[in-house]
Amino acid sequence: MPKLWRRELLKAATLLPAMGAVAATAPIRFVPRTMPSAGGNPPDYASPPQGFLSPQEKAFVDAAVARIIPADELGPGAREAGVADFIDRQLAGPYGAAETWYMQGPWQAGTEQQGYQLKLSPAQLYRATIREIDEHLAKSPAAKPFAQLDARSQDDFLHALEKGEVKISGDLGKQFFEILVVNTVEGFLADPIYGGNRDFIGWKLIGFPGPRYNYVAEIGEYGRKYDMPFVGIAGRDSPAKEA
Amino acid sequence: MATRLPSVDVVLVGFGWTASILAKELTDAGLHVLALERGGFRDTIPDFSPATIQDELRYAVRNGLFEEPHRETLTFRNNASQVALPMRQLGSFRPAAGAGGAGVHWNGQNWRFLPTDFVARSHTEQRYGKRFIPADMTIQDWGVTYDELEPHYDAFEYLCGISGKAGNIGGRIDEGGNRYEGPRRREYPLPPLKRCYSTVLFDKAAREAGFHPFPAPAANTSKPYRNLYGVQMGQCTFCGYCEWFGCGNYSKSSPQACVFPVLLGRDNFELRCQCNVTRVLRDSTGKRATGVAYVDVAGRPYEQPADLVILCAFAQHNVHLLLLSGIGEPYDPATNKGVVGRNYAYQITSSVDVFLDENLNPFMGAGALGQVVDDFNGDNFDHGPHGFIGGGYIALWNTGGRPILQHHLPDKTPKWGSAFKKALAENYLKAASIATHGSVMSYRDCYIDLDPTYRDVYGDPLPRLTFDFHDNEHKMSKFVTDRAAEIAKAMKPRAMHVKQREKHYSIVPYQTTHNTGGAVMGTDPRTSVVNRYLQSWDVPNLFVMGACAFPQNPGYNPTGTVGALTFWAAKAIRDQYLRNPGPLMGA
Amino acid sequence: MRTHKALIAATAAAVLGAAPLLACAVDTDYAKIERGRYRVPAGDSAACRTDEGRKPFAGGRAVPTPFGTIYATNITPDPETGIGKWTDEQFWNAMHEGVRPNGQHLYPAFPYPWFTKLTREDVLAMKAYLDSLPPVRQEAKPPKLPWPMTIRESVAGWNALFFKEGTYRPDSSRSPEWNRGAYLVEGLGHCGACHSPKNFLGGIKKRDRFEGGQGEGWFATSLVGNPHAGLGSWSANEIVEYLKTGANDRARAMGPMAEVVSHSTMYLSDADLHAIATYLKDLPAAGEDHAKSVPSGDDPRMQRGRLVYVDQCAGCHMENGQGIAHVFPAVKGNTGVHAQDPTSLARLVLEGARSARTRAKPEGFAMPGFGWKLSDDEVADLLTYIRASWGNQAAPVTASKVADVRKKIAKGE
Repeated sequence: MPKLWRRELLKAATLLPAMGAVAATAPIRFVPRTMPSAGGNPPDYASPPQGFLSPQEKAFVDAAVARIIPADELGPGAREAGVADFIDRQLAGPYGAAETWYMQGPWQAGTEQQGYQLKLSPAQLYRATIREIDEHLAKSPAAKPFAQLDARSQDDFLHALEKGEVKISGDLGKQFFEILVVNTVEGFLADPIYGGNRDFIGWKLIGFPGPRYNYVAEIGEYGRKYDMPFVGIAGRDSPAKEA
Repeated sequence: MATRLPSVDVVLVGFGWTASILAKELTDAGLHVLALERGGFRDTIPDFSPATIQDELRYAVRNGLFEEPHRETLTFRNNASQVALPMRQLGSFRPAAGAGGAGVHWNGQNWRFLPTDFVARSHTEQRYGKRFIPADMTIQDWGVTYDELEPHYDAFEYLCGISGKAGNIGGRIDEGGNRYEGPRRREYPLPPLKRCYSTVLFDKAAREAGFHPFPAPAANTSKPYRNLYGVQMGQCTFCGYCEWFGCGNYSKSSPQACVFPVLLGRDNFELRCQCNVTRVLRDSTGKRATGVAYVDVAGRPYEQPADLVILCAFAQHNVHLLLLSGIGEPYDPATNKGVVGRNYAYQITSSVDVFLDENLNPFMGAGALGQVVDDFNGDNFDHGPHGFIGGGYIALWNTGGRPILQHHLPDKTPKWGSAFKKALAENYLKAASIATHGSVMSYRDCYIDLDPTYRDVYGDPLPRLTFDFHDNEHKMSKFVTDRAAEIAKAMKPRAMHVKQREKHYSIVPYQTTHNTGGAVMGTDPRTSVVNRYLQSWDVPNLFVMGACAFPQNPGYNPTGTVGALTFWAAKAIRDQYLRNPGPLMGA
Repeated sequence: MRTHKALIAATAAAVLGAAPLLACAVDTDYAKIERGRYRVPAGDSAACRTDEGRKPFAGGRAVPTPFGTIYATNITPDPETGIGKWTDEQFWNAMHEGVRPNGQHLYPAFPYPWFTKLTREDVLAMKAYLDSLPPVRQEAKPPKLPWPMTIRESVAGWNALFFKEGTYRPDSSRSPEWNRGAYLVEGLGHCGACHSPKNFLGGIKKRDRFEGGQGEGWFATSLVGNPHAGLGSWSANEIVEYLKTGANDRARAMGPMAEVVSHSTMYLSDADLHAIATYLKDLPAAGEDHAKSVPSGDDPRMQRGRLVYVDQCAGCHMENGQGIAHVFPAVKGNTGVHAQDPTSLARLVLEGARSARTRAKPEGFAMPGFGWKLSDDEVADLLTYIRASWGNQAAPVTASKVADVRKKIAKGE
């Protein structure tokens, strides 16, 4: 292979790097390492980031999630599971800021098939909509913020919001409610390290035991109830301990 | 001003399955190969560690391992009467970013296409007559046959360590496998994965319904396995976190588990991560690629010369790069001229959820742990009475039971409130889903071009996708879904919910990441971008890998065929092109 | 590939007139360079002399010692910063007596107490190979040692106590294979530098040789014939496979030993590997092999440890401790698990490690670290459980031991 020889010869003669322009990007040259695994550790769970919501906003969210997945005869619900904390932390992080979304204009409403086209990140959507909702409710006969309505009234209001019947900006209420329900389910069923699913309340409701890596024996035990204790990424205690 | 770098023999754009295989094959041949990957480097440990990877929120919900639309996305519309708008969040499909590509986060459902799939037009015309094919349906023959690809399917399966049961070895049918598959030379390298309860129940019901179920071929190893390249793989332990996640114990086939160990340390291979290729560069004749232009993580531009350029990025990204680079005539749907962007296709899917009374423990799963009925795929049945082309498989997959996204609830369950909570509690452990996975033909009005308005972070126009399902696909999908419902009924569930795919294709709910076409292969440069060796008709020292080569999309997951085509092209490059660089076939 | 490069480098230097870069004439005896090319990795020179990301053999790498850090010097033939000006005699003195051309003592971090056993022929072949490499200009960093060790003359005292100069003398009552093994283990391989216990001055405890020792923050296992904690139940073929490929069905080289395999032992000939195995298999059992008693299943430590094992470890090592054949070693019956000093085990669990990539076994499986999610108590209970389950018989591990190891890791030791 003539090409290969020539390259080797040149490499040997000019011993030090930089033949012509040097690549400013260091290549990832794979070095067989026996160094321990670095990285791959999850984000710093022991010290959660600051929340995003104001006390009034958080009161709204807490009251709303308490209706979306209520405490009832089946057991605790989203409020007890800490879903408001979960949502607060999520909104304060990259999800809330829509860091990975395409947020360039121009902006226009599209068809149902074209998906979310609002110029609002989730954090902005929560902030704008909660403000409009509480303003709206202040002018209504109830004259109270959502968090202070009774459960029945809250349910009625959320149904109306879901159907787009609450008269606030455009489609805001309907889109917001959809996302709120999605975030509530996330917070109820995500690993406790994110602040929700406290004490595995969500997983205990449905019977999901948590992340384990080996079911080679159990997968063949057809129909059997799996009765291992609940576990999360941080272990059987929830949430993450101080290391 | 771009910095000009020392030349290499081969530059690969992207570093997923196709690039990993090509890099191995071409460095074997003594070439100096450079791969440029826009995402970061990832390896089993630490990035997919069993200690941290089973994090549904981080990876499945917040898309930890995928591409980020804020850097690159596309605009979408169903038809040309609409304004295409950006896909602002991932939805319908989830391409990867990072070393290993989607080979990291796929489920591992691995198939061969049928022999008839490769001659879709000529076979259909022959069996059903020319008029059976609608005028605006632009299906065509591939230019390569199943028989020619068979040894390369075999190579990919032995590279991956596919766990399965052969249904047709050299013409001899084995009912333990897929009786409809094309003939293969030998068994799969590994036996099928252990069956879970839901696949056993499906199997029984499918037989009662009169069909022929078999275990799905899985790129999840059923036993420890040393692969085609001499790399040892582990054994799947059914952790239930395949799709969207990396595998932490070396048992899901991926470039990391199958190729990296023998590739990355080679003196004649180099990988640069966080380098995004923006153009394929050509000389003044326009007929020779001189290399690529790329931008590194700090935004600095480079010119990387190379003797051979191979596009190994995800399907539509390859098409986008061709359009931006001005290589090949862009497709114009109005005139039906041009080829780049033409014949985009996808997959049409549906499902039938079943609710039983026994514990199914869905959280014990694997990405390709499934039982499949292939009776209604391809041309495995007589289409004459039905008036549609194509088909799909019916499968009960038990990929996992991840609580946020993988819980099934009966029809008409409220989306919130106590009734919702009750449904969650009563159904999570006892529900399963039968999926249909159907073909999508190519049409004049389904294509990719450049968006006139929206730009990516590099200032380049986004690709614009114009796509919808046609009557043919809806008819076919309804037919296959009805068969799936028959199986569901035979499982005697306490409830079932048929979820037919709705009228228009929506970019919102996840369906599959099986985007195909746009740089199709063929024997006629008027209807293909690359020839049957995946070599550009316009620029002989440019090859384009991936599912963008599919002229239309059959009813199976694409990766097996993408892998086979890569081995096929690698052989053509090694045996023919390197000896005599130039066009490998005449027009 | 290496020969290719070395030869081309030498030829290029001559042809392209790069002679001024080399102060001495390059030895063009191909056979001699080849001998050296084999022996240099056999002595695992790269472990110290090649720093990550830097030129081969140019030094710079930090070598931790119990007393402080020494930075390996440059052994490329650079005339100013390397050994380019050294004569054969000077190189011999360094290897055989631990003395530099200027008469200064080398610190015994450089394993001259072991290399003293090498024949002059071998030593000069190694020099010929090193001289054939491209010279690299790289200054050595001064060592970071406490006084009085900064005074090199103090090494003379150490030598008087612990160093016995002398080429290996074959034992005529043993087979040639045994003697070859002895020469490799006691000489080039300098295995005892890690695998033998050392006293507080860093001298080898000759009576307990090969019964295990500290090396680079890990505990290198016992190599004597103990069936649980040593090589007593390993066959010679298993030893060969381990050194050649980095793993066998009972163990996988991790951490510093993985480097030894990938830089050194994987390049040895089969005959030499069998010789090493023959010599090692002849080491009689000595010292404590296993604990006299182990905690029972209902001991609270065992119960707690079992929970951790099932949640964190069973995914790879399986609930029955059997591991996965050819992939993840069994912890049941595992030699490393029985080590009297659990430092390596604690390190593995806290920090994880990679295994060697060899030609035969390129996969290089790695183990993740769990130190971020397990407390010292949990790690201690886990190790106690592993060391006393499935027939394993090793003593419990304390949380304070785990805490010690965690501190060392944090300090980068």
